[in-house]
Amino acid sequence: MDGIMSKNNPEYLIERNDNIYEVVIGLEVHAQVTSNSKLFSSSSTKFGAEPNTQVSLVDAAFPGMLPVINEYCVKQAIKTGIGLKAKINNKSVFDRKNYFYADLPQGYQISQYKYPIVGEGNIILDMPEGQKQVGIERLHLEQDAGKSIHDVDPSNTLVDLNRSGVALMEIVSKPDLRSPDEVNAYIKKLRSIMRYLGTCDGNMQEGSLRADVNVSVRIKGSTDLGTRCEIKNVNSIKFMQMAIIYEASRQVDLLEEGEEIDQETRLFDTKKNETRSMRSKEDAHDYRYFPDPDLLPLEITDDFIDQLKSEIPELPDDKKKRFIDEFKISPYEATILVSDIDTAKYFEEVVAKMGKNRDMKLAVNWITGELFAVLNNKNIEIAQSPISAKNLAKLINLIKNGTISGKIAKTIFELMLDGDIDPQIIVEEKGLKQQSDPKALEALIDKIINDNREKAIEYKQGKEKLFGFFVGQAMKASGGKANPQLINQILKKKL
Amino acid sequence: MNEITSLSLFELIKNIKEKKISSNEVAKSFIDRSEKSKKLNAYVTENFENCLKLSKEFDNKPNFDLKLPGIPIAVKDLFCTNEVRTTAGSNILNNFVPSYESTVTQNIWNEGGILLGKLNCDEFAMGSSNETSFFGNVQNPIAKDLVPGGSSGGSSSALAANLTPVTIGTDTGGSIRQPASFTGTVGLKPTYGSCSRYGIVAFASSLDQAGPMSKDVKDSSILLEVISSFDKKDSTSIDFQRNNYSSELTRNIKGIKIGIPKEYRVDGMPGEIEILWKKGIEYAKDCGAEIIDISLPHTSYALPTYYIVAPAEASSNLARYDGVKYGLRSSGESLIDMYEKTRSEGFGEEVKRRIMIGTYVLSSGYYDAYYLKAQKVRQLIKKDFDEAYNKVDAILTPSTPSSAFKIGEKSNDPVSMYLNDIFTVPVNLAGLPGISIPAGTDKNNYPLGLQIIGKPFDEQTVLNIAYSMEEKINYKNNITDWWME
Repeated sequence: MDGIMSKNNPEYLIERNDNIYEVVIGLEVHAQVTSNSKLFSSSSTKFGAEPNTQVSLVDAAFPGMLPVINEYCVKQAIKTGIGLKAKINNKSVFDRKNYFYADLPQGYQISQYKYPIVGEGNIILDMPEGQKQVGIERLHLEQDAGKSIHDVDPSNTLVDLNRSGVALMEIVSKPDLRSPDEVNAYIKKLRSIMRYLGTCDGNMQEGSLRADVNVSVRIKGSTDLGTRCEIKNVNSIKFMQMAIIYEASRQVDLLEEGEEIDQETRLFDTKKNETRSMRSKEDAHDYRYFPDPDLLPLEITDDFIDQLKSEIPELPDDKKKRFIDEFKISPYEATILVSDIDTAKYFEEVVAKMGKNRDMKLAVNWITGELFAVLNNKNIEIAQSPISAKNLAKLINLIKNGTISGKIAKTIFELMLDGDIDPQIIVEEKGLKQQSDPKALEALIDKIINDNREKAIEYKQGKEKLFGFFVGQAMKASGGKANPQLINQILKKKL
Repeated sequence: MNEITSLSLFELIKNIKEKKISSNEVAKSFIDRSEKSKKLNAYVTENFENCLKLSKEFDNKPNFDLKLPGIPIAVKDLFCTNEVRTTAGSNILNNFVPSYESTVTQNIWNEGGILLGKLNCDEFAMGSSNETSFFGNVQNPIAKDLVPGGSSGGSSSALAANLTPVTIGTDTGGSIRQPASFTGTVGLKPTYGSCSRYGIVAFASSLDQAGPMSKDVKDSSILLEVISSFDKKDSTSIDFQRNNYSSELTRNIKGIKIGIPKEYRVDGMPGEIEILWKKGIEYAKDCGAEIIDISLPHTSYALPTYYIVAPAEASSNLARYDGVKYGLRSSGESLIDMYEKTRSEGFGEEVKRRIMIGTYVLSSGYYDAYYLKAQKVRQLIKKDFDEAYNKVDAILTPSTPSSAFKIGEKSNDPVSMYLNDIFTVPVNLAGLPGISIPAGTDKNNYPLGLQIIGKPFDEQTVLNIAYSMEEKINYKNNITDWWME
């Protein structure tokens, strides 16, 4: 499955007149590092605090204040690099990116320019058509800026520095993405890897994950890259996809009219669903990058990297492989189960609690079917599931050992939602145990055949669809608790 | 009583410890003399009342185990001092009162020192004559209308005029050693990483270093012992074994090898500097040192290198003074307009000049030709010293190419002003320790200094050579108190 291309890939192409264009996309993802304190200060990073309550003298750039690197953030970046199968650089350098803005207290952002902490790596995307490998160009550490608030005071801009100095990882992909679907898969996979590693919570609503999207188009088959536009700071996958669709189409229109594309930075207007020019290449900032003299180059030993490697948990790709090998589930099912670390954890706990006589098919179906439906309805994550893995495993075992039917199980499942009730208790209290005593069922069926002699004769004469009628009558007579397989067997024999 | 102010730090400590004088008497004497010396314009902010109060508190509960027991000390106004205005000599920080203390000054207070006041300096330490300060020129107590040097000009003036027993300055390209040389005092720039930069208003981060200024070498060794410390709050602070500089101070420098770099004979250097240097060499020989001719081939590139690296860092370090968070804010029509007005009104001409130079040399298209090249040359300059130190233990040079000049004499000629730093900047570029000691006078009887440069972290040898030569030179300032009514 390795390799960039796979067969039967439904390509995202734009046709205008006689030309067929393909879209080339690269992403610069800004992922907030999971850390209690900021990249160069000990201020808290907790989301949602009152404005300007999590600001140190360093974050507000008071005279004489100096940055001191947070070792934990460095470890998080290295772990992420390992998760991206990337080269960890033994030496990296923090640079100053100089520009003026009200929410940038230092007048520069501390970032990594020439020498990032992490070099080239890759990510495997599981597309419906097969796997695709996307290259990672680099990952570097940098400070976030504060927030300018323009809509609270009519005549002033307010500044909140709580976010100022929070650690970000900028993860730059190669221009390997070719469609909005691939962008969707890329962001989800990247997010999944970081959540497995615990290096970024991937919460897009809180801004923990946002991206600059580079888009260019070219005639299909061409190997040259077209002039790209960078769409800044898009904070949801849906908006990224909308922005790409609009931008690619805009660029194709320009080319078809014989015009050139200006290399520029654009903004995506989510209300109008269009991208707008923010600044052209000529107006681009000259950031005057230079090594930050307040910080020494970051030197990382191989021992340090090896130690972190030993702390890396099983990541989605390996987990998927193991699920397929060990649990004999399909690649499609495995992809769904490993996509989110909490889902994978839940699934593995269900498997463990099912014990020796486990039924993988039932486990997968109940989690991806009934449970996912409930989570979707309630709009909650699996970590907040109203039914614990332990009790779902019990329910599955009750089906597997014939105590209850699948149909009754659905009723019990509904009842379990109200406070994670043990299904065994529900079965006992409501008397929902399946009737599997052949003698009792034979007696019950004898009575039904006796009461419906004419229909029994019709059946014997060839009216086979009446079989269903007898099954229905038997289930009804048992209050739905009769074991349906036994009913079938006995009916076949008696009729 | 006035005798107290002419005592050295060492003598003051001795007298206080022996209970011959109280901390409060010492404070009163320096404050009294400072009050009579306003014409020197050495202070930006006085802390006299508080100093008197704290000295009384010390006397009520004295601790004679401290290294600076109840000693009042005025410091350069580049050190942030908790609850005491800190201006860096700039209008843009005119009303800035920090809520925190620099590590270096905190070290002084921890050892019993008491803040006497904040001393004038060139704006953001950019200058060699104290003429760029928003708070005006400082007079050199040596003679009327003579500059005290810069940027630690308020410090050198106050020290030479006996307004403070010792002081601390900062040295980015010579800002401790040059004013010491101009005022007949001692100034030491320690190895980069010796004194924490935490809480010091930054000029050029890779060059800035705090250091002691004093009337004699022994006092500098006492003060260095107090201010030099490893500090986790400064990532460039270095964790090395620091000497007990004052107790290890010795005049025995027999057999020490002192290098004389031929490249320090520059064109147009006054003959009296050459003579001073020769005399210095003789003194060193008298002390038992072995004199060796050495070469520091890249010396002539040091000044241009410095005037690329320092402004580049400064242009970025000073970006934070934007009117948004603290300090001066001028009103403007828009954010950009506010920035422009604030920075136009807040910064003086020299600071603006260096921000422009720094911005230029870091600009895309020029970065490689200027900044990157300068960094490469800086490495070569460092290598020159490394190689020299294979042969010698220390290096002896003049501190400055001339004696103090008149106020206004060079203020319209920046390049001639920059030439003042020609002997001191290589030391900053290489991160080495260097001291200036008074060694004689010129034809006008203005002081001249000699510089001793050491190996990294070897402040002790530098101090020992200076201590030994100081005895032979036996220099005494002739201060007439001309500025008093």
